[in-house]
Amino acid sequence: MKVGIVTFPGSNREVDASLAAQAVGAEVVTLWHKDHDLQGADVIILPGGFSYGDYLRAGAIARFSPIMQEVVEHAKRGGPVLGICNGFQILCEAHLLPGALLRNASLRFASQWVTLRVENADTLFTSAYEAGQLIRVPVAHGDGRFTADADTITALEEAGQVVFRYVDRQGNPLPAANPNGSLNDIAGIVNDRGNVLGLMPHPEDAVDPLLGSTDGLGLFESLLSRVAA
Amino acid sequence: MSAVPRPGDPVITPALVAEHGLTYEEYEKLVAMLGRTPTFTELGVVSALWSEHCSYKHSRPLLKTLPTKGKHVLQGPGENAGVIAVGDGLAVAFKIESHNHPSAVEPYQGAATGVGGILRDVFTMGARPIALLNSLRFGGLEHPRTRWLVAGVVKGIGDYGNCMGVPTVAGEVVFDDAYAGNPLVNAMCVGVMREEELMRAVASGIGNPIIAVGARTGRDGIHGASFASEDLSHESDAKRPRVQVGDPFTEKLLLEASLELIRSGHIVAIQDMGAAGLTSSSAEMAARGDVGVEIDVTKMPLREEGMTPYEILLSESQERMLVVAKKGREEQVRAILARWDLTAEVIGEVIAEPVYRVKEGDRVVAEFPGSRLVTDCPVYSPEARESDAIRAERERDVEAILPRAEEADAMWTLEQLLSSPTIASKTWVVRQYDSTVRASTIVGPGPADAAVVMLRGTRRALALKTDCNGRYVHLDPRTGGRIAVAEAARNVACAGGRPMAITNCLNFGNPRRPEVFFQFREAVAGMGEACEALGTPVTGGNVSFYNESPAGAVYPTPTIGMVGLLEDVSQATTAVFRTPGDAILLLGENTDELGASEYLRWVHGVVGGRPPACDVAAERRLVDTLLEAIADATIASAHDCSDGGLAVAIAECCVMDEDAPFGATVDLSPWAGLTLRALLFGEAQGRIVVSSPDPAAVLGIAARHGVPATRIGTVGEPNGSLVMQVGSNRFQASVSRLAAAYHGAIPAMMSRVATATDEEEASGIRHQASGVGV
Repeated sequence: MKVGIVTFPGSNREVDASLAAQAVGAEVVTLWHKDHDLQGADVIILPGGFSYGDYLRAGAIARFSPIMQEVVEHAKRGGPVLGICNGFQILCEAHLLPGALLRNASLRFASQWVTLRVENADTLFTSAYEAGQLIRVPVAHGDGRFTADADTITALEEAGQVVFRYVDRQGNPLPAANPNGSLNDIAGIVNDRGNVLGLMPHPEDAVDPLLGSTDGLGLFESLLSRVAA
Repeated sequence: MSAVPRPGDPVITPALVAEHGLTYEEYEKLVAMLGRTPTFTELGVVSALWSEHCSYKHSRPLLKTLPTKGKHVLQGPGENAGVIAVGDGLAVAFKIESHNHPSAVEPYQGAATGVGGILRDVFTMGARPIALLNSLRFGGLEHPRTRWLVAGVVKGIGDYGNCMGVPTVAGEVVFDDAYAGNPLVNAMCVGVMREEELMRAVASGIGNPIIAVGARTGRDGIHGASFASEDLSHESDAKRPRVQVGDPFTEKLLLEASLELIRSGHIVAIQDMGAAGLTSSSAEMAARGDVGVEIDVTKMPLREEGMTPYEILLSESQERMLVVAKKGREEQVRAILARWDLTAEVIGEVIAEPVYRVKEGDRVVAEFPGSRLVTDCPVYSPEARESDAIRAERERDVEAILPRAEEADAMWTLEQLLSSPTIASKTWVVRQYDSTVRASTIVGPGPADAAVVMLRGTRRALALKTDCNGRYVHLDPRTGGRIAVAEAARNVACAGGRPMAITNCLNFGNPRRPEVFFQFREAVAGMGEACEALGTPVTGGNVSFYNESPAGAVYPTPTIGMVGLLEDVSQATTAVFRTPGDAILLLGENTDELGASEYLRWVHGVVGGRPPACDVAAERRLVDTLLEAIADATIASAHDCSDGGLAVAIAECCVMDEDAPFGATVDLSPWAGLTLRALLFGEAQGRIVVSSPDPAAVLGIAARHGVPATRIGTVGEPNGSLVMQVGSNRFQASVSRLAAAYHGAIPAMMSRVATATDEEEASGIRHQASGVGV
């Protein structure tokens, strides 16, 4: 599997994403935002950070980067695209995913470990997990409150497109377990075709026992098992 | 050539000289150096370079007494950051710096640009920043102005570091009314590089071009360095425009471009345009290289119209670097910057003639002989005399202060101390800092005495911490200086790291006051003694004087930023109990010392008494013992005793990890002969609480090192109770009650809504130490 990681000006978790992809044995290529070449990557990752300083609105400028034309075409061909944190925001701005990410309800940046429940283990990105499995990963964002109109939320829920949900350590959705106040405690969603995933938490920072968790590896292993085949 | 006044320049008068912060004697010195009256531009240049902030004119002689050498020291004081070797060909650059005055009047931008500046100091050395720390001091949280400052400073630090993608991993926050009028904001950055990538800011090579890179220059922050070199006053808020404005996005681009530039081989030197901007960066690089420089300010990329040479030279616009490139490589330098959408303009060159010359087109607007601009700076050794009032505070008989009735239950007192904002959990603060980015944080902010960050590509890791108890330094500066270093070393060791070196940020009042200079002299001496004993040379830092408001000077606060090394990441150790049944041991000895404690301040509103003694040789033995025990894998947790003493340390081991609190049963009867409150809440130094599955092994190692060690109890059940027995006294509390006090205090204070009384208070500056229930 060849993973292409896009570096926008202001990206800052591209190294983390690269280390995580390499941890499952993937080949990694770095994609520069000014280029128009995906270098044959099977999977595209839009990493975390503050692309263009998050000026105007998180992800709003990055979607106009030259490389994004190719990313959108890749997604439309059914190619896997993973957007983490700022990458999720960019995917929403680029209309590859529905909804939007608002300022955290607390109005403060949230950097903490959270528990996620895997709501759908039947996707390209989650097949290595069990449905209902609880995983520990960090979040680090100021604009992570997922929102969409009521019909969209209902449609996402009914179609199983809500892939990760914030829960407490026992697996119960609770306001105190949600770091940003997102609707329905949504942490990550997939598009209707199932090839574009966006999530606010950082599975790429939970891939080594020394970092406190290896629960994030499953996401990269899932991709590897499906794409390498 | 000689500089001539520009049309429209103000005439140099005594009043103008005084406005520039120069004394009559300093002005005379300047005239003698030039052999003529300075131009307005020259006056501006000298006022910045001879400001305390840039020149260290009151501190240099004493700083020279600090130990700075060691086999592993690759770069000591005098550069943008210190550098040590950490094995495997890797080197670590690190530095701490203050941004107190800007943060006092504009907390968000003041703190943010403090972080930006310290990041630049580290990446100009060629190191990639891998961790940020910060050391903060505020007044009591009950004052609305303090809450405004805390919220702004924390958001400023977070927004800058988070955007840069450098994890903020450790630090400290202290609340004491001594800092109400003048908060302290000290930021530390740690970076890593290969030894051969070390880059110094030494200009060389006649004809080499001098290039300004990064953001364009505007009028912000003019005279920031001079502003940082005077006392804060009621008029200080009017100097808000002297505070620079930060843009972390540009800094992120500048970071990537600078590292690429350094690795490219196209440049010979690079320095941050920080305090005193273009002036200090160009003059300092020239002085270090003993070469001349010529700069044309009309070549400088500007973002405002009509800026004068004076303004261009003194602007402190952020996110700018000054580079000396190899002749003929200008285009390559430009190309690297262009890739990151940044500008690079040649503004001058290195010249053989020994002068520092600034031109505006053809006109010379400033010219100084050789490097005398930097080297001729006056040096002062002012009078030092201890304040009688402080001596009286120290000699106060604190034993005579009667316990309050509620203290009959030691758990009541313990609960009060756990909710003192200085001791209480800082989760509200650290959750605003990204601590996981870079996927290298083994121990972040939270339940450990120091952060642990892995060195990628090796088995090694760094242990990092900042420390200082200003109250101790206030009451006894020599002892307080020792303790600041010793406590940082204990904390680093508790995380599994061997203390390697320190950087320091010396926050003091006005050095021209004898009682302040006495504190400075004694604290530096105390630090030096501890650094010698612990084998931790000083590799650089920063002096911040004039931390005074109308209410007086802050507590003298020499903040220590310590770097420790773990040979193996598996030795990373946290502070909290992990396993029921583990033995709890105390390394070190309890004493009857109660003076200068947080207990006296928080429960009785008293700052007084003699700070605990600090035996630096014993501290070294303690660190050696702990590190050997950790290497032997016999330690489950380690936590040093500091604010709040032994009882608070044990309670913290129980409740610091909000997700996994444990009970504990402790018997302190061997010390039943001591005063109970001194035993429980006194702050005797050289003590560490450890838990271990193999107490015999720990006792054996301690005995070999000659360190007192005693088994004092056993870790209890999850969510159990803390039980403390002292002779016939038995105290008990559920850990949920203690955890609520510890974790609830700061969120409760920060969510307070301002009231009319608060508004009234907000206009005042300093208040008496507030006791419980206020």
